[in-house]
Amino acid sequence: MEKTWNNKAWFLVLPVLVLVAFSAVIPLMTVVNYSVQDTFGNNVFFWAGTEWFEELLSSDRFWQAMVRNLVFSFIILAIEIPLGIFIALNMPKKGWGVPVCLVLMALPLLIPWNVVGTIWQVFGRGDIGLLGYSLRSLGFDYNYVNDPYDAWVTVILMDVWHWTSLVVLLCYAGLVSIPDAYYQAAKIDGASRWAIFRYIQLPKMNRVLLIAVLLRFMDSFMIYTEPFVVTGGGPGNSTTFLSIDLVKIAIGQFDLGPAAAMSIVYFLIVLLMSWVFYTVMTNYDSGQ
Amino acid sequence: MSFTWMAWTLPTALFFITILVLLCGMAIWEYVSPGGNPRVGVLRFETTRGDRLFLSLLGSAFIHLAWLGLVGPNLWWALALSVVYAVGVFRYV
Repeated sequence: MEKTWNNKAWFLVLPVLVLVAFSAVIPLMTVVNYSVQDTFGNNVFFWAGTEWFEELLSSDRFWQAMVRNLVFSFIILAIEIPLGIFIALNMPKKGWGVPVCLVLMALPLLIPWNVVGTIWQVFGRGDIGLLGYSLRSLGFDYNYVNDPYDAWVTVILMDVWHWTSLVVLLCYAGLVSIPDAYYQAAKIDGASRWAIFRYIQLPKMNRVLLIAVLLRFMDSFMIYTEPFVVTGGGPGNSTTFLSIDLVKIAIGQFDLGPAAAMSIVYFLIVLLMSWVFYTVMTNYDSGQ
Repeated sequence: MSFTWMAWTLPTALFFITILVLLCGMAIWEYVSPGGNPRVGVLRFETTRGDRLFLSLLGSAFIHLAWLGLVGPNLWWALALSVVYAVGVFRYV
Protein backbone atom coordinates (compact mmCIF):
# COMPACT_ATOMS: atom_id res chain seq x y z
CA MET A 1 0.00 0.00 0.00
CA GLU A 2 1.33 3.42 -0.89
CA LYS A 3 2.04 5.75 1.98
CA THR A 4 -0.11 8.90 2.12
CA TRP A 5 1.71 12.21 2.50
CA ASN A 6 -0.27 15.13 3.83
CA ASN A 7 1.83 18.25 4.21
CA LYS A 8 -1.04 20.16 5.83
CA ALA A 9 0.01 18.52 9.09
CA TRP A 10 2.94 20.97 9.14
CA PHE A 11 0.48 23.70 10.17
CA LEU A 12 0.24 21.94 13.53
CA VAL A 13 3.88 22.87 14.13
CA LEU A 14 3.21 26.60 13.68
CA PRO A 15 2.56 27.44 17.39
CA VAL A 16 5.90 25.88 18.33
CA LEU A 17 7.61 27.78 15.53
CA VAL A 18 6.21 31.08 16.84
CA LEU A 19 7.36 30.23 20.37
CA VAL A 20 10.85 29.24 19.21
CA ALA A 21 11.06 32.38 17.07
CA PHE A 22 10.55 34.60 20.10
CA SER A 23 12.63 32.59 22.55
CA ALA A 24 15.52 31.56 20.30
CA VAL A 25 15.54 32.78 16.70
CA ILE A 26 15.09 36.52 17.31
CA PRO A 27 17.66 36.62 20.16
CA LEU A 28 20.08 34.61 17.99
CA MET A 29 19.59 37.02 15.08
CA THR A 30 20.30 39.92 17.42
CA VAL A 31 23.50 38.24 18.60
CA VAL A 32 24.59 37.78 14.97
CA ASN A 33 23.89 41.48 14.36
CA TYR A 34 25.90 42.46 17.44
CA SER A 35 28.82 40.23 16.45
CA VAL A 36 29.70 42.39 13.44
CA GLN A 37 29.31 45.74 15.20
CA ASP A 38 30.65 47.74 18.10
CA THR A 39 28.62 49.77 20.57
CA PHE A 40 29.21 52.12 23.47
CA GLY A 41 25.59 51.86 24.60
CA ASN A 42 22.55 54.02 23.91
CA ASN A 43 21.64 51.71 20.98
CA VAL A 44 24.29 53.29 18.73
CA PHE A 45 26.27 50.77 16.67
CA PHE A 46 29.36 50.96 14.45
CA TRP A 47 30.20 48.44 11.76
CA ALA A 48 33.17 46.22 12.72
CA GLY A 49 32.93 43.43 10.13
CA THR A 50 34.78 40.27 11.09
CA GLU A 51 37.07 42.06 13.54
CA TRP A 52 35.64 40.41 16.68
CA PHE A 53 35.84 36.96 15.16
CA GLU A 54 39.49 37.49 14.15
CA GLU A 55 40.27 38.80 17.62
CA LEU A 56 38.52 35.84 19.23
CA LEU A 57 40.20 33.18 17.10
CA SER A 58 43.64 34.58 17.90
CA SER A 59 42.84 35.12 21.58
CA ASP A 60 44.76 32.99 24.11
CA ARG A 61 42.08 33.75 26.67
CA PHE A 62 39.38 32.10 24.54
CA TRP A 63 41.42 28.99 23.73
CA GLN A 64 42.51 28.60 27.34
CA ALA A 65 38.88 28.73 28.49
CA MET A 66 37.99 26.21 25.78
CA VAL A 67 40.76 23.81 26.90
CA ARG A 68 39.71 24.21 30.56
CA ASN A 69 36.11 23.44 29.59
CA LEU A 70 37.06 20.35 27.57
CA VAL A 71 39.36 19.07 30.34
CA PHE A 72 36.59 19.62 32.89
CA SER A 73 34.03 17.77 30.75
CA PHE A 74 36.46 14.91 30.16
CA ILE A 75 37.28 14.55 33.88
CA ILE A 76 33.67 14.60 35.08
CA LEU A 77 32.65 12.08 32.38
CA ALA A 78 35.57 9.83 33.36
CA ILE A 79 34.38 9.91 36.97
CA GLU A 80 30.59 10.10 36.72
CA ILE A 81 29.96 7.41 34.11
CA PRO A 82 31.89 4.52 35.79
CA LEU A 83 30.75 5.66 39.24
CA GLY A 84 27.12 5.87 38.07
CA ILE A 85 27.31 2.37 36.60
CA PHE A 86 28.92 1.01 39.77
CA ILE A 87 26.25 2.52 42.05
CA ALA A 88 23.40 1.39 39.75
CA LEU A 89 24.76 -2.16 39.73
CA ASN A 90 24.81 -2.22 43.51
CA MET A 91 21.39 -0.70 44.09
CA PRO A 92 18.65 -3.08 45.29
CA LYS A 93 16.38 -4.41 42.55
CA LYS A 94 13.43 -5.25 44.82
CA GLY A 95 12.09 -4.56 48.31
CA TRP A 96 11.83 -1.41 50.41
CA GLY A 97 15.36 -0.35 49.53
CA VAL A 98 14.35 0.52 45.96
CA PRO A 99 12.20 3.62 46.68
CA VAL A 100 14.61 4.75 49.40
CA CYS A 101 17.59 4.59 47.04
CA LEU A 102 15.67 6.22 44.19
CA VAL A 103 14.59 9.14 46.38
CA LEU A 104 18.11 9.55 47.77
CA MET A 105 19.52 9.52 44.25
CA ALA A 106 16.96 12.04 43.00
CA LEU A 107 17.62 14.53 45.84
CA PRO A 108 20.75 16.22 44.45
CA LEU A 109 19.02 16.64 41.08
CA LEU A 110 16.19 18.60 42.71
CA ILE A 111 18.46 21.24 44.22
CA PRO A 112 18.79 24.46 42.17
CA TRP A 113 22.24 25.03 40.70
CA ASN A 114 22.98 28.24 42.60
CA VAL A 115 22.02 26.52 45.87
CA VAL A 116 24.41 23.66 45.06
CA GLY A 117 27.12 26.27 44.51
CA THR A 118 26.35 27.94 47.83
CA ILE A 119 26.31 24.60 49.68
CA TRP A 120 29.77 23.72 48.35
CA GLN A 121 31.08 27.22 48.92
CA VAL A 122 30.29 26.86 52.61
CA PHE A 123 31.19 23.13 52.69
CA GLY A 124 34.69 23.87 51.39
CA ARG A 125 35.50 26.76 53.74
CA GLY A 126 38.44 26.07 56.02
CA ASP A 127 36.95 27.84 59.05
CA ILE A 128 33.35 26.60 59.15
CA GLY A 129 32.91 24.14 56.25
CA LEU A 130 32.83 20.42 57.02
CA LEU A 131 35.04 19.50 54.06
CA GLY A 132 37.51 22.35 54.40
CA TYR A 133 37.77 22.10 58.18
CA SER A 134 38.15 18.30 58.12
CA LEU A 135 40.85 18.39 55.45
CA ARG A 136 42.77 21.06 57.37
CA SER A 137 42.43 19.07 60.58
CA LEU A 138 43.97 16.10 58.76
CA GLY A 139 46.93 18.27 57.81
CA PHE A 140 46.04 19.12 54.21
CA ASP A 141 46.66 22.70 53.15
CA TYR A 142 43.26 22.92 51.46
CA ASN A 143 42.12 26.35 50.29
CA TYR A 144 39.94 26.54 47.18
CA VAL A 145 39.99 30.33 47.24
CA ASN A 146 43.75 30.65 46.73
CA ASP A 147 44.89 27.35 45.27
CA PRO A 148 43.88 26.55 41.63
CA TYR A 149 44.34 22.81 42.21
CA ASP A 150 42.00 22.88 45.24
CA ALA A 151 39.51 24.99 43.30
CA TRP A 152 39.45 22.39 40.50
CA VAL A 153 39.05 19.53 42.98
CA THR A 154 36.14 21.36 44.65
CA VAL A 155 34.36 22.16 41.38
CA ILE A 156 34.80 18.57 40.13
CA LEU A 157 33.62 17.06 43.44
CA MET A 158 30.62 19.37 43.38
CA ASP A 159 29.66 18.34 39.86
CA VAL A 160 30.14 14.65 40.70
CA TRP A 161 27.96 15.05 43.80
CA HIS A 162 25.28 16.93 41.86
CA TRP A 163 25.08 14.91 38.66
CA THR A 164 26.26 11.32 39.24
CA SER A 165 22.69 10.57 40.37
CA LEU A 166 21.46 11.26 36.87
CA VAL A 167 23.80 8.62 35.46
CA VAL A 168 22.78 6.24 38.25
CA LEU A 169 19.06 6.67 37.56
CA LEU A 170 19.52 6.22 33.80
CA CYS A 171 21.68 3.11 34.28
CA TYR A 172 19.28 1.72 36.86
CA ALA A 173 16.39 2.14 34.40
CA GLY A 174 18.44 0.22 31.84
CA LEU A 175 19.30 -2.52 34.33
CA VAL A 176 15.76 -3.18 35.61
CA SER A 177 14.53 -3.54 32.04
CA ILE A 178 16.69 -6.66 31.53
CA PRO A 179 14.44 -9.77 31.69
CA ASP A 180 15.31 -12.39 34.33
CA ALA A 181 15.69 -15.00 31.60
CA TYR A 182 19.07 -13.49 30.65
CA TYR A 183 20.40 -13.92 34.20
CA GLN A 184 18.99 -17.45 34.43
CA ALA A 185 20.70 -18.41 31.17
CA ALA A 186 23.96 -16.90 32.44
CA LYS A 187 23.63 -18.86 35.69
CA ILE A 188 23.08 -22.15 33.81
CA ASP A 189 26.20 -21.41 31.73
CA GLY A 190 28.13 -20.66 34.92
CA ALA A 191 28.98 -17.13 33.81
CA SER A 192 31.15 -15.05 36.13
CA ARG A 193 30.01 -11.70 37.57
CA TRP A 194 32.26 -9.92 35.08
CA ALA A 195 30.89 -11.95 32.14
CA ILE A 196 27.31 -11.06 33.16
CA PHE A 197 28.27 -7.39 33.26
CA ARG A 198 30.24 -7.47 30.02
CA TYR A 199 27.84 -9.53 27.88
CA ILE A 200 24.39 -8.83 29.39
CA GLN A 201 24.24 -5.68 31.49
CA LEU A 202 26.59 -3.38 29.56
CA PRO A 203 25.05 -4.05 26.11
CA LYS A 204 21.58 -3.51 27.59
CA MET A 205 22.71 -0.22 29.14
CA ASN A 206 24.32 1.05 25.93
CA ARG A 207 21.49 3.33 24.94
CA VAL A 208 20.96 4.93 28.35
CA LEU A 209 24.72 5.35 28.72
CA LEU A 210 24.82 7.18 25.41
CA ILE A 211 22.06 9.49 26.65
CA ALA A 212 23.95 9.97 29.94
CA VAL A 213 27.19 10.85 28.13
CA LEU A 214 25.35 13.25 25.84
CA LEU A 215 23.51 15.01 28.67
CA ARG A 216 26.52 15.22 30.96
CA PHE A 217 28.86 16.39 28.22
CA MET A 218 26.53 19.14 27.00
CA ASP A 219 25.69 20.22 30.55
CA SER A 220 29.31 20.32 31.66
CA PHE A 221 30.39 22.08 28.46
CA MET A 222 27.87 24.82 29.20
CA ILE A 223 28.35 24.88 32.98
CA TYR A 224 28.09 28.31 34.57
CA THR A 225 26.22 28.71 37.83
CA GLU A 226 27.93 26.26 40.20
CA PRO A 227 31.59 27.20 39.51
CA PHE A 228 30.62 30.86 39.32
CA VAL A 229 29.06 30.75 42.79
CA VAL A 230 31.91 28.72 44.32
CA THR A 231 35.03 30.20 42.74
CA GLY A 232 33.83 33.07 40.55
CA GLY A 233 36.15 31.66 37.87
CA GLY A 234 39.22 31.96 40.10
CA PRO A 235 41.73 31.89 41.60
CA GLY A 236 43.03 33.97 38.69
CA ASN A 237 41.34 32.41 35.68
CA SER A 238 41.89 28.80 36.72
CA THR A 239 38.20 27.83 36.77
CA THR A 240 37.00 30.32 34.17
CA PHE A 241 35.09 28.15 31.75
CA LEU A 242 33.69 29.38 28.43
CA SER A 243 30.32 30.50 29.79
CA ILE A 244 31.89 32.34 32.74
CA ASP A 245 34.31 34.09 30.39
CA LEU A 246 31.44 34.97 28.08
CA VAL A 247 29.45 36.60 30.87
CA LYS A 248 32.56 38.48 32.04
CA ILE A 249 33.03 39.91 28.53
CA ALA A 250 29.34 40.68 27.92
CA ILE A 251 28.23 42.00 31.29
CA GLY A 252 31.44 42.69 33.20
CA GLN A 253 33.21 44.56 30.41
CA PHE A 254 30.08 45.42 28.37
CA ASP A 255 31.94 44.36 25.19
CA LEU A 256 28.81 43.25 23.38
CA GLY A 257 30.46 42.76 19.97
CA PRO A 258 33.26 40.41 21.14
CA ALA A 259 30.79 38.62 23.46
CA ALA A 260 28.38 38.09 20.56
CA ALA A 261 31.18 36.71 18.37
CA MET A 262 32.18 34.35 21.17
CA SER A 263 28.54 33.29 21.66
CA ILE A 264 28.25 32.36 18.01
CA VAL A 265 31.44 30.27 18.00
CA TYR A 266 30.36 28.63 21.28
CA PHE A 267 26.89 27.96 19.81
CA LEU A 268 28.36 26.41 16.67
CA ILE A 269 30.55 24.06 18.72
CA VAL A 270 27.57 23.00 20.87
CA LEU A 271 25.47 22.55 17.72
CA LEU A 272 28.16 20.38 16.11
CA MET A 273 28.52 18.20 19.19
CA SER A 274 24.74 17.86 19.57
CA TRP A 275 24.51 16.75 15.96
CA VAL A 276 27.28 14.18 16.42
CA PHE A 277 25.63 12.74 19.55
CA TYR A 278 22.15 12.83 17.99
CA THR A 279 23.40 11.05 14.90
CA VAL A 280 25.18 8.39 16.94
CA MET A 281 22.03 7.84 19.05
CA THR A 282 19.56 7.66 16.17
CA ASN A 283 21.83 5.37 14.16
CA TYR A 284 22.32 3.17 17.16
CA ASP A 285 18.50 2.90 17.34
CA SER A 286 18.17 1.98 13.70
CA GLY A 287 21.08 -0.46 14.08
CA GLN A 288 19.16 -2.18 16.85
CA MET B 1 6.77 47.73 16.03
CA SER B 2 10.38 48.83 15.87
CA PHE B 3 13.25 46.41 15.42
CA THR B 4 16.06 48.94 15.81
CA TRP B 5 17.07 47.29 19.10
CA MET B 6 18.12 44.28 17.01
CA ALA B 7 20.84 46.47 15.45
CA TRP B 8 20.18 45.36 11.87
CA THR B 9 22.76 45.90 9.14
CA LEU B 10 22.45 45.25 5.41
CA PRO B 11 24.99 42.35 5.35
CA THR B 12 23.35 40.53 8.29
CA ALA B 13 19.88 41.12 6.80
CA LEU B 14 21.10 39.64 3.49
CA PHE B 15 22.58 36.69 5.39
CA PHE B 16 19.28 35.89 7.11
CA ILE B 17 17.26 36.48 3.92
CA THR B 18 19.53 33.92 2.20
CA ILE B 19 18.86 31.39 4.98
CA LEU B 20 15.12 32.11 4.73
CA VAL B 21 15.18 31.68 0.94
CA LEU B 22 17.02 28.36 1.39
CA LEU B 23 14.41 27.17 3.91
CA CYS B 24 11.53 28.24 1.64
CA GLY B 25 13.25 26.48 -1.26
CA MET B 26 13.52 23.32 0.83
CA ALA B 27 9.82 23.59 1.79
CA ILE B 28 8.82 23.90 -1.87
CA TRP B 29 11.10 20.98 -2.77
CA GLU B 30 9.46 18.92 -0.02
CA TYR B 31 6.00 19.88 -1.29
CA VAL B 32 6.87 18.86 -4.85
CA SER B 33 8.74 15.72 -3.82
CA PRO B 34 7.63 14.62 -0.33
CA GLY B 35 9.59 12.23 1.89
CA GLY B 36 12.91 14.08 2.15
CA ASN B 37 14.70 11.78 -0.32
CA PRO B 38 16.39 9.62 2.34
CA ARG B 39 19.53 7.74 1.26
CA VAL B 40 22.75 6.30 2.63
CA GLY B 41 25.81 8.19 1.41
CA VAL B 42 29.49 8.37 2.27
CA LEU B 43 28.75 8.82 5.98
CA ARG B 44 27.22 5.32 5.96
CA PHE B 45 23.96 6.37 7.59
CA GLU B 46 20.67 7.60 6.27
CA THR B 47 20.31 11.33 5.61
CA THR B 48 17.42 13.37 4.25
CA ARG B 49 17.83 16.54 2.22
CA GLY B 50 17.09 18.53 5.42
CA ASP B 51 20.08 16.80 7.08
CA ARG B 52 22.19 17.67 4.04
CA LEU B 53 21.21 21.35 4.26
CA PHE B 54 21.99 21.40 7.98
CA LEU B 55 25.39 19.79 7.35
CA SER B 56 26.09 22.24 4.53
CA LEU B 57 25.26 25.29 6.66
CA LEU B 58 27.10 24.07 9.75
CA GLY B 59 30.13 23.02 7.72
CA SER B 60 30.13 26.36 5.89
CA ALA B 61 30.17 28.20 9.22
CA PHE B 62 33.25 26.24 10.31
CA ILE B 63 34.92 26.73 6.90
CA HIS B 64 34.47 30.50 7.27
CA LEU B 65 35.80 30.45 10.85
CA ALA B 66 38.79 28.32 9.87
CA TRP B 67 39.54 30.62 6.93
CA LEU B 68 39.30 33.66 9.19
CA GLY B 69 41.62 32.13 11.78
CA LEU B 70 44.16 30.56 9.44
CA VAL B 71 44.17 32.68 6.26
CA GLY B 72 42.68 36.14 6.77
CA PRO B 73 39.62 38.37 6.63
CA ASN B 74 38.98 38.06 2.88
CA LEU B 75 36.15 35.53 3.00
CA TRP B 76 35.20 35.25 -0.69
CA TRP B 77 37.36 32.16 -1.16
CA ALA B 78 35.83 30.68 2.00
CA LEU B 79 32.40 31.30 0.48
CA ALA B 80 33.44 29.60 -2.76
CA LEU B 81 34.85 26.66 -0.81
CA SER B 82 31.59 26.45 1.19
CA VAL B 83 29.53 26.30 -2.01
CA VAL B 84 31.74 23.49 -3.32
CA TYR B 85 31.41 21.74 0.04
CA ALA B 86 27.58 22.13 0.01
CA VAL B 87 27.38 20.73 -3.53
CA GLY B 88 29.52 17.80 -2.36
CA VAL B 89 27.27 17.22 0.65
CA PHE B 90 24.09 17.25 -1.46
CA ARG B 91 25.71 14.97 -4.03
CA TYR B 92 27.52 12.38 -1.89
CA VAL B 93 26.24 12.46 1.73
